[in-house]
Amino acid sequence: MKRIRIITGHYGSGKSELSVNMVVNLKKEYDKVAIVDLDIANPYFRSRERQKAMEDLGIKVYHNSFGYDITQDLPAISAAIKEPLENKEFMTVVDAGGDDSGARVLNQFTKYFLDDDCEMLFVISGNRPETSTVEGCLSHIERIELETGLKVKGLINNTNLLSETTVDDILKGENLCKEVSERTGIPHVATYCDENMIAKMDKEKLKGIEVKPISLFLRPSWLQYEL
Amino acid sequence: MAEKQLMKGNEAFATAAINAGCRYYFGYPITPQNEIPEFMSRELAKYGGAFIQAESELAAVNMAYGAAAAGGRVLLSSSSPGVALMQESISLIASVELPVVIINVMRGGPGIGSIQPSQADYDQVTVGGGNGDYKTIVYAPSSIQEACDMIYKAFDVAEEYRNPVMICADGMIGQMMEPVALPEPVEPVMGEEIRKKKPWALTGHRNERERHALNSVWLQQDLLEEYIDAYWPKFEKAERELQEWEDFMTEDAEVLYVAYGSTARIAKEAVVALRNEGVKVGLIRPKTLWPFPEKAFENLDGVKDVISVELSKAGQLKRDVRLAVEGRARVSLINRYGGMLLDPAEVVERTKKIMEEVK
Repeated sequence: MKRIRIITGHYGSGKSELSVNMVVNLKKEYDKVAIVDLDIANPYFRSRERQKAMEDLGIKVYHNSFGYDITQDLPAISAAIKEPLENKEFMTVVDAGGDDSGARVLNQFTKYFLDDDCEMLFVISGNRPETSTVEGCLSHIERIELETGLKVKGLINNTNLLSETTVDDILKGENLCKEVSERTGIPHVATYCDENMIAKMDKEKLKGIEVKPISLFLRPSWLQYEL
Repeated sequence: MAEKQLMKGNEAFATAAINAGCRYYFGYPITPQNEIPEFMSRELAKYGGAFIQAESELAAVNMAYGAAAAGGRVLLSSSSPGVALMQESISLIASVELPVVIINVMRGGPGIGSIQPSQADYDQVTVGGGNGDYKTIVYAPSSIQEACDMIYKAFDVAEEYRNPVMICADGMIGQMMEPVALPEPVEPVMGEEIRKKKPWALTGHRNERERHALNSVWLQQDLLEEYIDAYWPKFEKAERELQEWEDFMTEDAEVLYVAYGSTARIAKEAVVALRNEGVKVGLIRPKTLWPFPEKAFENLDGVKDVISVELSKAGQLKRDVRLAVEGRARVSLINRYGGMLLDPAEVVERTKKIMEEVK
């Protein structure tokens, strides 16, 4: 596993939920773990919303808001963000903003991302309108690569319909990742799903696919009360 | 129904509007609704429509006035302080009886306020707004799916009533993600068809009919009184026919929450939690804010406490609740404001305190 992982994708593909889950899991194995929340595109549903909970676990949280005030973004990125990128003792997850425009902010840190110790991953949610087709995914990958000058090194399937997710959603994402992988040579490295949804699935239908469970840290419980 | 997709509120709202035949959008950026103009700027032209980023909300609303006068299906969107800027011409549009749909993704106020979710626009949209005798028909969705269905319907309601119709979502509904099945696309009435199907539109008389004029200034006050009398019955009709609400576990309720929008979902979780403790709680969820669903309160037998659960300091919704309850039960308030949200545990705790208070 690479020391620095950059999570990119279309907005709404689940980057922030995945990033928070990744650092929580990394912390179980590593001493120094950091999350760098570089989403400066949108003030809602960012990984920094769970800053306190992550810090309580010993995870270092970096972002551009003023203290814990998640809606007061500074119009600059603090130099402190370089710490987990430069210090090789850190396992670091970089949560980029959505789309190519959200990934643009990665540019100023490119020198940390060029060595072999870093990989940029692309999250695919096959139920998002713009990434429901191979062409849509390719277009997003191409634009993010052009914008950042970095190459996507792995695909993540996170196809879901939140509390309505079924095996079919996961399989749809698997097919999408397979085709994108064939067209680009980028390996499909992982598949994730809400642990509560996995619990309800017929495991046989998953045909041996390894689905890694995630917890939803950013979505409040009351949103499960569908009307 | 189309296959379900995972969509962000704002992008789903814009898509639903296009599917409803909207071809004209005018707007000015403001958080938390920026994805609507962003989406429209990219997509609307693909459907033969027109997107204009105006220089201000005031300019946007007046562009909407013009496009609506010409018979187009027009969408405006903004957030609380931006909607306040539009109110002058929302009154103007109502005064000349034109259909416009407005999405308000509410945020904290007063003034510029905060960019987090709020419901403190209740007064602005139901009793405030612009000057004069008119009403804005207001829908309040609790989910992205419901918002899409309401937006889709709003264009028909706006044309039937020839009046502004507002969809009042809040920042949470605009920004969150949910599975949505989008309503089927309809072809908009365009070009020559407008002359036939929208006889009120300004399409030029061509010496074929009497000239139309939109007039919002009446120097003879008796004529203005007559004019108001002529259009007013549509608001009485709206009060009779447009009230919408949802009842949730109200049948044997002794405590009745009233909550709308995303707050209704928080209240719903509180209802379930309290029911598990044996407390008889229910929820009335207004889907229309104007007309307020007074009919939902016709039978309050056995109800001791009615509690307005809302995101406003003043208890703006509570005032309408009290009017509907007409003294038959005690009316209380559970609220947060300024962009702060309630959470179900807080609602449960504050409900218990209210129930313990000596009457």
